[in-house]
Amino acid sequence: MILVIIGFVIWLVAWRLNVILANTPASETRWMKLLVPAIFGFTILIVWELVVRGLNVPLVILPPPSLIAETFLAKLPILWKDFVQTFVKGALSGYFIGCIAAVALAVLVERFDFLRRGLLPVGNFVAALPIIGTAPILVMWFGFDWHSKAAVVVVMVFFPMLVNTVAGLGETTAMQRDLMKTYGADPWQAFIKLRLPAAMPFIFNGLKISTTLALIGAIVAEFFGSPTLGMGFRISASIGQLALDMVWAEIVVAALAGSAFYGAVAIIEKGVTFWHPSQRG
Amino acid sequence: MRRSFFPVIVVVFALIAIWYVAVVPMNIKMALTDAERSGMVVTPSGAKERRDRSAILLVAQNPFAIKATFSLERPRLPAPHQVTIELWNSTVNKKITSKRSLIFHGWITLSATLLGFAIGTGLGILLAVGIVYSRAMDMSVMPWAIASQTIPILAIAPMIIVVLNSVGVQGLLPKAIISAYLSFFPVVVGMVKGLRSPDHMQLDQLKTYNANSSQGFWKLRLPSSMPYLFASLKIGIAASLVGAIVGELPTGAVRGLGARLLSGSYYGQTIQIWSALLGAAFLAASLVAIIGLAQRITLKRMGMS
Repeated sequence: MILVIIGFVIWLVAWRLNVILANTPASETRWMKLLVPAIFGFTILIVWELVVRGLNVPLVILPPPSLIAETFLAKLPILWKDFVQTFVKGALSGYFIGCIAAVALAVLVERFDFLRRGLLPVGNFVAALPIIGTAPILVMWFGFDWHSKAAVVVVMVFFPMLVNTVAGLGETTAMQRDLMKTYGADPWQAFIKLRLPAAMPFIFNGLKISTTLALIGAIVAEFFGSPTLGMGFRISASIGQLALDMVWAEIVVAALAGSAFYGAVAIIEKGVTFWHPSQRG
Repeated sequence: MRRSFFPVIVVVFALIAIWYVAVVPMNIKMALTDAERSGMVVTPSGAKERRDRSAILLVAQNPFAIKATFSLERPRLPAPHQVTIELWNSTVNKKITSKRSLIFHGWITLSATLLGFAIGTGLGILLAVGIVYSRAMDMSVMPWAIASQTIPILAIAPMIIVVLNSVGVQGLLPKAIISAYLSFFPVVVGMVKGLRSPDHMQLDQLKTYNANSSQGFWKLRLPSSMPYLFASLKIGIAASLVGAIVGELPTGAVRGLGARLLSGSYYGQTIQIWSALLGAAFLAASLVAIIGLAQRITLKRMGMS
């Protein structure tokens, strides 16, 4: 019980520290922007560890972070192989194929009003579909290896990207389009210089959502059949053995991969849509 | 709306036509094996011989089997009419209380979805407001809110269900928690973006009006975040449905649309998988359509559409 109380006190102190740090003039510096979330995350880990130990939570419900870290370091070679199989082969290849195809189709659809009016409601319908349900079907079609996972990822990211891109390409106002006309811009120039840049915040919104979808798709598709490696395979196998520390180690890998992926897209977004109010802060 | 009716019909019919055409090469090998078993002459004979042949070539060599590809009992790709008949049988021809009724299973999933969506959206909006107004929260929570979402929650759904089950919580709530988590992230990200979308000129103008920060929130930030909010809500409700469906998988697949998917894939009932999938699609589309309607009405009344 004492450990739990210590954890609570640490929580209060750390949060107070963060409030002070965030409201100092120095909080704009890059160093501070890393320090504050780091303190927050570190505090959660400490509180987690103390509460789990203090209340004697059984291992099968929630392992303490120290044990997860131990497993993570001990099983590093296995985790790396799983990572390559699921993320590099399955998720990344599917992500690129799906996003490029969706943006290409969106650009095409935008040019033909008939297609836009016909495909957009259909695309919206499919974007809302619980596409993960196609995983058993696609695994049946493309086999157990990473090809079927990439296929699931393609289908999962395609429609959110399509809908976002089409919505973004329609984002320009009548006044902006009129200005392009007074400049004597042909449709192609108007597209490159006005519509595509205006669509960028929407496209990146889709790209960022898709990073998560890609990882989820690749992992969940492995539940329906996979070779004996891969993050999804390891998770479902470890739950069967009640080895929750291994499950959490895989989740750490997934979290690291996912945030790095998201972060990379966000950095590119910052460079491309520097003019958007949300980026200027 | 009426203007887009005709194009949508054309696109839908084109898709159904493609589907029908795809059924033939997808199922030809199975149909040929069946035909050979019932004594018909197939070129080339023997399933082993045909395994590595291209499906289109096989169709060209055995045109008599095309008709059979549309009526297999467990096809690789069921034909649209097979799925439609199954859908009709499991919705209209069954009592709503029957365990074989798709409406019964759909309602189980829908209730978990709606509860989870309400929780996730409420918390998401609250967190977004906190992030926009409290610097400490923005700096400490936002990176983690993003990072935490990259945890594939669907992968730990079995764990959540099993753990909550062992503590005695079961039924609606575990599924709703997964749903809530999935709808949470799109709402937070969209809402933070929306609440920050007023540019400096608009914020400065409110300052010249001597507006305090709560007026700034209600009269500028919240209204201008509405398009972003509704865009996120549409993604969120769809994600909630996915969460509820996947949450039904580990409980032994008793009730709900997810259970229909799983039991279909256990027994190779592809027609049942597809009809459950279409049922889920219909449910998702109705939910998104309701939000779309709310969006149109809201934005119209706000003069933003």
